[in-house]
Amino acid sequence: MTSGTTPPLAVEATGLDVTLGGRRILAGVDLAVEPGQVLALLGANGSGKSTLVRALLGVVPTSAGSVRLFGAPLGPSAPWHRVGYVPQRMPAASGMPATALEVVTSGLLHGRRLRPAHGGRRRALAALESVGLADRAHRRVQEMSGGQQQRVLIARALVRDPDLLVLDEPTSGIDIPTQATFVDTVSRLHAAGTTVVVILHELGPFAGLIQRAVVLRHGRVAHDGPPPAARPEHAHADHDHTHAHPDPEPPPTGPTITVEVTP
Amino acid sequence: MTWDLVVEMLTSPLMQRALLAAVLVGAAAPVVGTFLVQRRMALMGDGIGHVALTGVALGWLVGSWVGLVPQDALAVPGAVVAAVVGSVVIELVRERGRTSGDLALALMFYGGIAGGVLLIKVAGGTNANLISYLFGSISTVSTTDLWWTVALAALVLGVGLGLRTALFAVSHDEEFARASGLPVRLLSMLVATIAALTVTIAMRVVGLLLVSALMIVPVAIAQLYARSFGRTMTLASVIGVVVSVVGLGLTYWQDIPPGATIVVLAIVVYTVAAALRPALQRHRPDDDPHPDMVDDVLIVDDVCDDPVTTVATPARGTVAPNPPPAATPAGGATAATSPLGTDDPAGGSRAT
Repeated sequence: MTSGTTPPLAVEATGLDVTLGGRRILAGVDLAVEPGQVLALLGANGSGKSTLVRALLGVVPTSAGSVRLFGAPLGPSAPWHRVGYVPQRMPAASGMPATALEVVTSGLLHGRRLRPAHGGRRRALAALESVGLADRAHRRVQEMSGGQQQRVLIARALVRDPDLLVLDEPTSGIDIPTQATFVDTVSRLHAAGTTVVVILHELGPFAGLIQRAVVLRHGRVAHDGPPPAARPEHAHADHDHTHAHPDPEPPPTGPTITVEVTP
Repeated sequence: MTWDLVVEMLTSPLMQRALLAAVLVGAAAPVVGTFLVQRRMALMGDGIGHVALTGVALGWLVGSWVGLVPQDALAVPGAVVAAVVGSVVIELVRERGRTSGDLALALMFYGGIAGGVLLIKVAGGTNANLISYLFGSISTVSTTDLWWTVALAALVLGVGLGLRTALFAVSHDEEFARASGLPVRLLSMLVATIAALTVTIAMRVVGLLLVSALMIVPVAIAQLYARSFGRTMTLASVIGVVVSVVGLGLTYWQDIPPGATIVVLAIVVYTVAAALRPALQRHRPDDDPHPDMVDDVLIVDDVCDDPVTTVATPARGTVAPNPPPAATPAGGATAATSPLGTDDPAGGSRAT
């Protein structure tokens, strides 16, 4: 499929089946992601989006099919240093303190690299700075807000300069300015040639970046092609959202109590 | 007077061996305990200790069959084998995550203790022998025991400190470690194995029934004050050495059991540390806990009362400076204004 001249596909999954707890979560999913592409995985809750990215990264076992990352099968020899994964949320705290710097430093390990390389601390601090948390490097992650924890997870994925970034609902629970900063970061990475696979519930701030959308339904690919055509004017910041029909009951806009004094 | 006693204690070869063992075990046990607490397996050491007793007894049994002169020559190797096998089984049960795992562990623990007590009697051991393994007998540490302790403690510290980042990664977020291609299973087994080795070296100092305390209580003390994983580990190790040496020193003057003294001392330290924590925690009055919060909700009443506010004016009437398309409700009224505007007929400004 891949000749010597063209670069291998960033992700190539064929006939992927995943069965968890006796239930078939994914059935015959084929997915090929070209290098440099930004792909959105869409679908309802429980449609198998998270399971698909976990299967692509070897987190959950597959019962059939194969996955190749940059042309290499999953396993110890896969190019793990080129892959950055941002899970949906940080695991529940065990009570053991861990600083943001320590969590991001753990992102420097991959495959057979079990000790951080020289200059790891500098790279981890740079990654924290890129998500705007440089001043919190030595804070416990358990004391951070959900959005800040999410940014630590993003820094942990970015610290190894990945060529493939896999994001599981990266902007859920994040305030709008931070979302914008994050989309800026992703678009900068995309411009530099990074492949991005992102799970989303709504295109939202990513709308301008997405080149292709894969919609999952009941563990199968229901749509694969251009992103669902959102009315572009609706996505604009200055769009004044009005309804064609009148509001059922206009919301109160100010003091409406009138007092009549009768002699 | 006191100084003479200290010198006398330090020149006794028996006490020298005991102190060296206490320092090594006190330093190594909390290093392993840090990973166990992070993996929520604080009681794993306890379980391994139970299983190790059967290993000790099997060592006795083999020793008496072969006719070795010190009958317990194979006790420590037996404990090492049983503890490693037991810890790997516990880790496999944990990995499966089945509900029956709980019962499987219980069966293993009680089977380990009962089998050990039974076999040690069959092998010709006495109740005194049994007690010395269950509750420690640091005063009977032989030179051979000491070499075992030195070698295993070096191995435990080497693995625990050398692979600290990798073991942290696996213990902190197993899913991410898998998605990074790390050998998660191997690293989990490694934690289980060094826990098993720690149990066997701590057996002489605090005894199999109290091993877990020396692994966990110093970590519990350290995490009250430390802010990072690395500092917790270092502090726990220092606390482990201090309580072990002080506890052992006390038994030189008083006729009290060393293992129990060390553990009680550690728990006293924990109680004091926990009680003093509110007073000792550094208070940072000018440290705003949310300095990077964006004031993205404007209260319209405030804006009206103070129209010269330069920052607020351009964004008046919107929910956020950079609103998403869906966040502007129909009619342009913000969600924040409606409850505030209606219940105040006087029109006065509200303090927010």
